[in-house]
Amino acid sequence: MKLAIEGWFTIDDDGTHLLGSRCAGCGTMAFPPLPGPCADPRCPSEAQERVRLPRRGRVWSYTDARYPPPAPYVAAEPYTPVTLAAVELAEAGLVVLGQVQGLGTADLHVGMELELTHGPLADGPLVWMWRAVR
Amino acid sequence: MSVVVLGAGMHPWGKWGRPFIEYGVAAARDALADAGVAWTDVDYVAGADTIRNGYPGFVAGAAFARALGWSGARVASCYAACASGAHAIDLARTRILAGLSELALVVGADTTPKGFFSPLGGERADDPDWLRFRLLGATNPAYFALYARRRMALHGESPADFAAVKVKNAAAGALNPMARYRRAVTAAEVLASPMVADPLRLMDVCATSDGGAALVLASETYARRLGVTRPVRITAVSTVTPVYPNAVLELPDFATDSTLTAPVPERPFRAAIAHAAYEEAGLGPADLSLAEVYDLSTALELDWTEDLGLCPPGEAAGLLRAGETALGGRIPVNPSGGLASFGEAVPAQAIAQVCELTWQLRGTAGERQVEGARVGLAANQGLFGHGSAVIAVK
Repeated sequence: MKLAIEGWFTIDDDGTHLLGSRCAGCGTMAFPPLPGPCADPRCPSEAQERVRLPRRGRVWSYTDARYPPPAPYVAAEPYTPVTLAAVELAEAGLVVLGQVQGLGTADLHVGMELELTHGPLADGPLVWMWRAVR
Repeated sequence: MSVVVLGAGMHPWGKWGRPFIEYGVAAARDALADAGVAWTDVDYVAGADTIRNGYPGFVAGAAFARALGWSGARVASCYAACASGAHAIDLARTRILAGLSELALVVGADTTPKGFFSPLGGERADDPDWLRFRLLGATNPAYFALYARRRMALHGESPADFAAVKVKNAAAGALNPMARYRRAVTAAEVLASPMVADPLRLMDVCATSDGGAALVLASETYARRLGVTRPVRITAVSTVTPVYPNAVLELPDFATDSTLTAPVPERPFRAAIAHAAYEEAGLGPADLSLAEVYDLSTALELDWTEDLGLCPPGEAAGLLRAGETALGGRIPVNPSGGLASFGEAVPAQAIAQVCELTWQLRGTAGERQVEGARVGLAANQGLFGHGSAVIAVK
């Protein structure tokens, strides 16, 4: 199982989770996870703990890519439009962008609940994806 | 405290396929002639960089200076994504206001590839701009489409509202000899153009173009010495960065900042860019005669219209429908035709916006003249937290 990027998400028996960071000082979170100093300039903390982000959230907005995106994206042949959704994870205060699995823009609406899964890019490695709640 | 715009010049936008330096030099020579000064009198040249044209693009100031003929002028080159031109203007303006320079040339020019902008080559897993393409296939129009869809959900707008922006801007661009697209279009044409990133169609999204723009800036003393009376003056350049937490998903990011612990700033980033310029100039939205905004997409012009304070959030489409933002309306937005008519030549674009302000404020904008123009604002946002807003007055 090859992940398209290490340290941003994890796949195990509990499902797929995005990995974020939580500041040991103020508790604010970030995705992708931060290595050191807090993103809030008012917080002096330099310690971040790695946390799993909530798996479910609501659609902030969505779109698709009707034309194959340029490299370094590897487009499938024949190309089918990639759906993208920005999903609001209220418990983390974040909106996170991802590809959407199994849904087109006609199936989505702002406010709709989605959950995290994963799927392969056209050249094989796995990436996090949003899908309909099961 | 202000600096004077002595000269403005542009090379027409298009897809010419020649080296970017040629466009920059043509624009610079036009601006110098417009100012009535010699290149050899310029003591400072600021270049806005282009990242897709090799080493000369990274040292644009020096590349233009050499092409104009080494003169010994001091030089700077700067990159701030789409805001590069305005940042170069700010470098020159700041030196002039500090008394270190009295006559400066600002130049930006670009030669662009066909199709989507893509990241620089190589395997660069530490670069979010590279990763967003690699992991998600998230192009620039994808982000514009997220904003557009969000407007539809929040404000009940429709693709027809977005098409109306293109119709307005194409009508203005048809009157602009520097624009790449100079043909009026109908809403039906926009709505029949191919979908690129739902809900945005090809004619909702700005193209990538070749072009060049330049300004000659001077101290008030220098302008007086030349005998210039009532010049256009730049009274504000805002280059503010976002304030944490930025709750809007920005290019090229994968996520927003977290709003979990810190309060969201009173003004979102784009509105903060404009607000800082208003504060610096001691003016407000009601003082504007016209605005040039960065319509990377049709829907984004509606965002900017609200961010500039020309109407409350959610009312920009109404303002547009009432004809208020068209030529002849109360507050024309993008009288140049905007990016809809130009396409984007990244480092030249923010400078071109100020060229338009200059011509409008001088009353020399021809058929697209905004009558009695006294105050103009140009606003812009680039990747990685770069914004700019420039206010010019007559």
